[in-house]
Amino acid sequence: MRRFSAFAIAREAVRHHSGWEKHWRSPEPKKRYDAIIIGAGGHGLATAYYLGKNHGITNLAVIEKGWLGGGNTGRNTTIIRSNYLQDASAAIYEKARSLYETMSQDLNYNVMFSPRGVMMLAQTQAELRGYQRTEAANRLQGVPTRMIPPEEVKKLVPIIRLDGPRYPVLGALWQERAGTARHDAVAWGYARACSDMGHDILQQTEVTGIRREGGKVVGVDTSRGAIDCARLGIVVAGHSGALADMAGFRLPIESVALQALVSEPIKPIMDVVVMANTVHGYMSQSDKGEMVIGGGADGYNNYTQRGSFHHIEETVRALIETFPMLSRLKMLRQWGGIVDMTGDRSPIISKTPVDGVFINCGWGTGGFKAIPGSGWAMAELMAEGASPLAAEFGLERFREGRFIDESVAAGVAH
Amino acid sequence: MLTLHCPYCGVHCDETELAPGGEAHLTRHGPGSDDADFESYLFLRENPRGVHFERWRHAYGCGKWFHAARCTVTLEVFGTYPAQTTAPMQAILDIIDEKRPGWRWRDVT
Repeated sequence: MRRFSAFAIAREAVRHHSGWEKHWRSPEPKKRYDAIIIGAGGHGLATAYYLGKNHGITNLAVIEKGWLGGGNTGRNTTIIRSNYLQDASAAIYEKARSLYETMSQDLNYNVMFSPRGVMMLAQTQAELRGYQRTEAANRLQGVPTRMIPPEEVKKLVPIIRLDGPRYPVLGALWQERAGTARHDAVAWGYARACSDMGHDILQQTEVTGIRREGGKVVGVDTSRGAIDCARLGIVVAGHSGALADMAGFRLPIESVALQALVSEPIKPIMDVVVMANTVHGYMSQSDKGEMVIGGGADGYNNYTQRGSFHHIEETVRALIETFPMLSRLKMLRQWGGIVDMTGDRSPIISKTPVDGVFINCGWGTGGFKAIPGSGWAMAELMAEGASPLAAEFGLERFREGRFIDESVAAGVAH
Repeated sequence: MLTLHCPYCGVHCDETELAPGGEAHLTRHGPGSDDADFESYLFLRENPRGVHFERWRHAYGCGKWFHAARCTVTLEVFGTYPAQTTAPMQAILDIIDEKRPGWRWRDVT
C-alpha cells in the first residue's frame, strides 16, 4: 500500500490525482480463517488491527452486515476523554486516549485527533461533589484532570450562561488532553491498515449462524456461505444480543436508541467540548462549523436507529438555557444509534460460555472514545487468553457482584 | 412516537405519559437462591430484535403498571394487558403468531 505523505500529495498533484489507491481490498471470503471478527465498526477493526500488529495474526476476516463504520462509529458525537471514576475504567479509557494521540502516525491516516479539552459542567451541588470525587480519583489514577471555577469556565466558553435559574454553572471538571477525532477516519484508517496487513474485510456479509461442535466454535454461517474459524470475536454493539442468541448464551445487555443532532454550520464560537450531564446534553463544534449535540437515550428496548422526538426537545430546551445564543440556530439533521447498555454502564470484554468465542460489547453511550483501547485489550484477550486491561470487564462480574459502577459517575451522557 | 393503550384507563397514551419498566415476566428470585438465579433475575435480558414483552407504568395517568407486547424494530404494538399475570395472554400470542410467524421470546412462542 502506498503511504500518504506530503510527497505523495505533490506527486499526485502533477499526475492529476490518478495514482490514489483504494483504501482497502474487497476480497472473496476464504474457506477458513484463524480468527473471525464480527462487526467492522471501530471496535471490531481495532481488534483486528491489534491482533495483526501486536500478536501476528494475519489470517483473519472482519465480517460486516452493512458497510464498515456505518453503525455507531459513524453516528456518535466523537468525544474522547478518560476522566472516569473507577480504576479499571480509567485504565482502559486512558490507554485509548493515549493511543488516539499517535493514531494518525501509527495508521498513516489523518484521524484529525483534536485534543481541545473536555469540560463536564457541574450544575447541581450533587454533581459538583461527584466531580470533585472524580478529580481525586483521576489524580490517583494518573489521569490529569482538574476542577475549574465558573470564571474559568466562562473564559474557556464565552457563550455560556453561568447564572441560569434552573441550571447555574457551579464549576466544571476539565480534562485538557481530551478532545475529539474524525469518527469515520478512525474506521477507515484501521480498515486500510488491516487490509494492508492481509486481513480480509467482508462487507455486505451477514452472519446468520454460529457453528459449534462440542461446546467449541468451528465457524460461522453467512449470507456468502459458511466460513471456518478457530476463534471468533463478536464486536457488534447494539446487536450483541442477537449474536449471543446464535451462539447460545444470554447477555446482561439491553439495546436502546441514543440520539444526536447537528445544527447548521456557523463561524467558530466554541473550541472545547462541553458536557452537561444534568440536562442530558453535550456539545462541540465540528471543523465544518456545525454544533454537534448529543442527546438522551430512550428508556425502552429499541432497534429503530431513530429514537423518540421528545428527547431532542428536552435536550435542546435545556441546552438553550445554558447557551442562550443557540436558540437562533436551525438544526440540520437528527439521527439515532443503537447502544448496548449494561447494568453498571461498563463494557464487557470477555470469554463466553462457548470455547473460542469472545465478546466485546456493552460500551453503551460512550464507545467511540474507547476504540483503540478496546481493540488493544480484545486482541490481547483473543490471542493470549487474558488481558490486564480487560481483566475486570468479564461477563462473570454480574454473577459475582463485582460491578464497575460508572452509572453514578457518568449519569447519562457517557 | 410510541403510543400505548392503557388497559386500565382505556386511553391511548403518548410515550411521554408513560414510564418504561423493562422486560416483563421475569422470575423474581429471593433469599436462598443461587448466584445464577440472581444473575438471571437482575441482569440477563432477552433484548430481542423483534417481538418483546415489557412492563410500562402509566406514570402521568392512572399510575398503574401494565404489560405491552411490542416489536423493537418497527415499534408496532401487538397489544397491552394488565399486570396481574405471569405470562402473556393467549389473545395477544395469537395476534403475534399471525403478524410474526416463527417468532420466539424466551420460552414463549
